[in-house]
Amino acid sequence: MSLLPILDVVLASLVIGVAIFTISARELFASVVGYVAYGLLLAFVWIRLYAPDVALTEAAVGSGVTGVLLITAGKRLGALKNAAPEAQPGFAFKLLTAVLAALVASALGAVILMLPDPPPSLAPEAAAAADGAGAGLGNPITAVLMSYRSLDTMLEKIVLILAVVGVWSVGADKAWGKAPAPLRQQKPYAPMVFLAQMLAPVGALIAIHIFWTGANAPGGAFQGGALLAAMWMVTMMARLADPPRIDSQWLRLALVAGPAVFLISGLAGAVVAGAFFAYPPSLAKPIILFIEAFMVLSIAAALPMLVAGPPSERPD
Amino acid sequence: MTPSVLAGLTGAALVGFGLYGLILHPHPLRKLLAFNLMGSGVFLVFGIVARRGAVAGSRFDPVPQAMVITGIVVAFAASAIAVALILRLSAESSHVTLDPEVWTKPNDGTTK
Repeated sequence: MSLLPILDVVLASLVIGVAIFTISARELFASVVGYVAYGLLLAFVWIRLYAPDVALTEAAVGSGVTGVLLITAGKRLGALKNAAPEAQPGFAFKLLTAVLAALVASALGAVILMLPDPPPSLAPEAAAAADGAGAGLGNPITAVLMSYRSLDTMLEKIVLILAVVGVWSVGADKAWGKAPAPLRQQKPYAPMVFLAQMLAPVGALIAIHIFWTGANAPGGAFQGGALLAAMWMVTMMARLADPPRIDSQWLRLALVAGPAVFLISGLAGAVVAGAFFAYPPSLAKPIILFIEAFMVLSIAAALPMLVAGPPSERPD
Repeated sequence: MTPSVLAGLTGAALVGFGLYGLILHPHPLRKLLAFNLMGSGVFLVFGIVARRGAVAGSRFDPVPQAMVITGIVVAFAASAIAVALILRLSAESSHVTLDPEVWTKPNDGTTK
């Protein structure tokens, strides 16, 4: 048992070390690679906080998909070839910023050391609400996401759609309705194609497993959807598939399916079970899994569209 | 020092480093990265609230954890919009910067 505290300290110093590297690296690419490593290390910290669901989300979305987004953006910026010479801030300004950052960090640290005791907790309420709905979900996180705070989860899905609309709107007028630029401009290497061909089917299977098992064990719609999205992005990077046209019906249907099914089920709950987003106890678990299946579809469609960016004028 | 306090202090330090990078880096994508770093620090601080909220029968308070999961996805969505804006801004002008002084300077003719 005496080994764990040492591991905690090592892990914390690793996270902070990689964070410093991410901030101080000279190259954008190195910085992004540092950020991906940082996200994976942070996932271990989440596991130590008994939060495997958060760890999965952080590893998949926080580090993985965000990393792809930033690397793609860096490449597209590099392709523009017009970076202005960057003005470096002066020493006094740097010092002032360091003092400000240190002040904010110490204030936060002081707050953490002085948190109230006994700590406030919504756990009993959440458990009661989840049991009250008769959800029969073994995973308390999924119970909170889909039952106790289901309105938040639905609104968050709508945020994803709004983000896709926002990204598409930034494109040039002439390009409207066309497909986003491919994630990779050059011809892909053969190993990349092979990797995509081998990984995508296995990854898709694991994604569905993570979604299905999320009712009772760590996992769920977010994590499964993010993994499915990653598999689609891998095939797009290998140019086995190119981003679809943004005016295609199936894409738009997939994007809105999750929130739409969620909202309709919520409204149906108002009629059948007496409250908005209430589920009839005997059917709660099948209904929740049904909603989650469409959420997985929407997440798997939305995340790659956010990475692919606005529609592009050139077909290639 | 318990693991949760250690993780909380790590989160506080990450917020500090993120803020430093956000203010100092001239490159907009680096600013975005620093901002994400700051955000994950905030999530970590919230995570120890979840850990401390543990009651009998459970090792954590599921409500803050569920909110962090939602938060990570929303942070990604916001980052994607930021990237799209940065790329469009750079495509429309000749500068990859957010410095307002560059924008008010007379054009040196390198733009289209």
